[in-house]
Amino acid sequence: MRDTAARRKLVEVDSLKMYFPIHSGVFRRHTGDIKAVDGISFDIYEGETLGLVGESGCGKSTVGRAMLRLYEPTAGRVTIDGEDVSSLSPEMLRRKRPSMQMVFQDPQACLNPRMTLSAIIGEPLNEHTNWSTDRKLDRIYELMDAVGLNRRFANRFPHEFSGGQRQRIGIARALALNPKFIVCDEPIAALDVSIQAQVVNLLEDLQEKFGLTYLFISHDLSMVRHIADRVAVMYLGRIAELSPRDALYARPLHPYAEALLSAVPEPDPNLEATRSRIILQGDVPSPARPPKGCNFCTRCPKVFDLCRSEKPQLREVEPGRQVACHLYNGINTASGSTAGTEAKEHSQQGAN
Amino acid sequence: MPDGAAPVLDVRGLKTVFRTRGGEVHAVNTVSFHLQKGELLGVVGESGSGKSVTMMSLVGLLPSPPADVRAGQVLLDGVDILKIAPEALRDIRGAKIGFVFQDPMTSLNPVFTVGAQIAEPLIRHMGLTKAQAATRAVELLELVGISDARARLKSYPHQFSGGMRQRVMIAIALACDPDVLIADEPTTALDVTIQAQILELVKELRQKLGMAIIWITHDLGVIAGIADRVIVMYGGQVVEHAPVKELFANPQHPYTRALLKTIPSLTGQRAARLQVIEGQPPIMLAEPNSCPFRARCAYTHDRCHAENPARRPVDARALGHGHDVACHWTATASQPEAAHA
Repeated sequence: MRDTAARRKLVEVDSLKMYFPIHSGVFRRHTGDIKAVDGISFDIYEGETLGLVGESGCGKSTVGRAMLRLYEPTAGRVTIDGEDVSSLSPEMLRRKRPSMQMVFQDPQACLNPRMTLSAIIGEPLNEHTNWSTDRKLDRIYELMDAVGLNRRFANRFPHEFSGGQRQRIGIARALALNPKFIVCDEPIAALDVSIQAQVVNLLEDLQEKFGLTYLFISHDLSMVRHIADRVAVMYLGRIAELSPRDALYARPLHPYAEALLSAVPEPDPNLEATRSRIILQGDVPSPARPPKGCNFCTRCPKVFDLCRSEKPQLREVEPGRQVACHLYNGINTASGSTAGTEAKEHSQQGAN
Repeated sequence: MPDGAAPVLDVRGLKTVFRTRGGEVHAVNTVSFHLQKGELLGVVGESGSGKSVTMMSLVGLLPSPPADVRAGQVLLDGVDILKIAPEALRDIRGAKIGFVFQDPMTSLNPVFTVGAQIAEPLIRHMGLTKAQAATRAVELLELVGISDARARLKSYPHQFSGGMRQRVMIAIALACDPDVLIADEPTTALDVTIQAQILELVKELRQKLGMAIIWITHDLGVIAGIADRVIVMYGGQVVEHAPVKELFANPQHPYTRALLKTIPSLTGQRAARLQVIEGQPPIMLAEPNSCPFRARCAYTHDRCHAENPARRPVDARALGHGHDVACHWTATASQPEAAHA
């Protein structure tokens, strides 16, 4: 499961952009864009979990939605299982839907309160299959077993369930049509700590059982460390760093990834007392008016002149590790082992 | 924290009940704790554990009906504030006890400027004139780290970001120099980098002002970083109380132990599988005469069903001053964790 190199790319995202237009004035003219996702590229291997982390407003949920064409992307290409999803006709897209599904953040809002549990889980089957009622019911029971819901609950309504159970219903619905790829958009954010572990374990079990591929969107860095194989850190519509999990958490390369990880409180008083924390100044700029140059240049502790004029591109600086930062200019994969020390020199130059 | 000195706030046997159509919900059940001067008490629990309701009961902020603060004493500097008239209580809220709520957008009034909202308690409680209040408001905004404070007084809450709104909330809570600051999940709605800014600010303010703080959160990481002592709440009761290092090093209650294991770590060994606490938190529809955690506990035995455990000290110190736990089960060396897993 961890050997990514040998495996097939299931999902390829190439320069994906998602702009939301701003209309203003009497004539509602198009006066600007919210650049929620501003040209990002990454691959997800079959059977892998890619974690997508970032703070609110960085565009991580928009990436997930644009990939499944819940939004029409402004530009870029998304290939899922060999098919270019971004250019499919509506009819073809409908036929593609069963293989790509989504689990939403708020299990209260994403379930129709007037539908019973069996109707909710069975709806995708009604839409995409012409099975008999009995066969559909068998499948519904099978799914309920898979996610750990008691079969007796089949005729109950969503309000009769707790948050964790509702999330299980959402997961069962996503699994109904045997998808290959599931976007999990903050699936545990609305749950209590003791319930989060239950849902995460379930997602891991299902991945193993059905060979699923996940994009796991979350702001909880500790949980992403647990579930993801590789992690992409987003800031203001762009990917700052994409690295294998262990490498990222052991030694983040991008200054934003470093600050983000250092800001997460650890449940250990002794560690907290000695830890040095990078406190970022100020707030995230508006995605309607991102700063010139690097998106992070207004808050970066290691900023230097080049950052304010030129956008850094996401490049591989060590094997398997991609970073969008000028600190790592002139470092390529071949000199991967020395990248860390060179980066330090660069950062000192930057500070001068 | 000096153990001998009289506490600023002393809560004894607080009980709060909500009357609902489905019957009475025992949201807070015999909760006792105290707060020394200059100390930060962390309150941890999941949603529905009664941590917010406890704090709202203290200062009479719960609408009644449906809420009914049924028993207990809340001694603020020796005076029982549950017994005093609502009008007098209003003078205490804001002046002696400051509150910071979870969501700064909904707790600030959108149609008044930030300056007016900071000045309000100053004029109401301290009898300052408008001009004096404005000067003090500038000081307060500078204290909480908002630059260009004088110009910012005329801004409305929507012109501020989430982190800055929370700073404004803290400024309002601090306005009258309260003895006690109650912060109810003040960083839960914020991003981690902004949370780090606010936590840093609170540490700074504690050094400068030396006030006592009650910090409610469900995030054990935050607690580990800022608290002196911690109470863990479950099902409307205090199930464990200890100094922060002791709680994390030597948790006694099965719930605390399970909770600490269920959260993944950022730096430590990465577990192949997360530990789970099976089941759901209880809804306290009857006055509990059994342990609220019994249905999810790995150590349940007959007594847990028959009797609600009282808090008992685990070390030599007096109850409420050292480490205590409300559990019938006793951890000993002869009962290793693995035997129950």
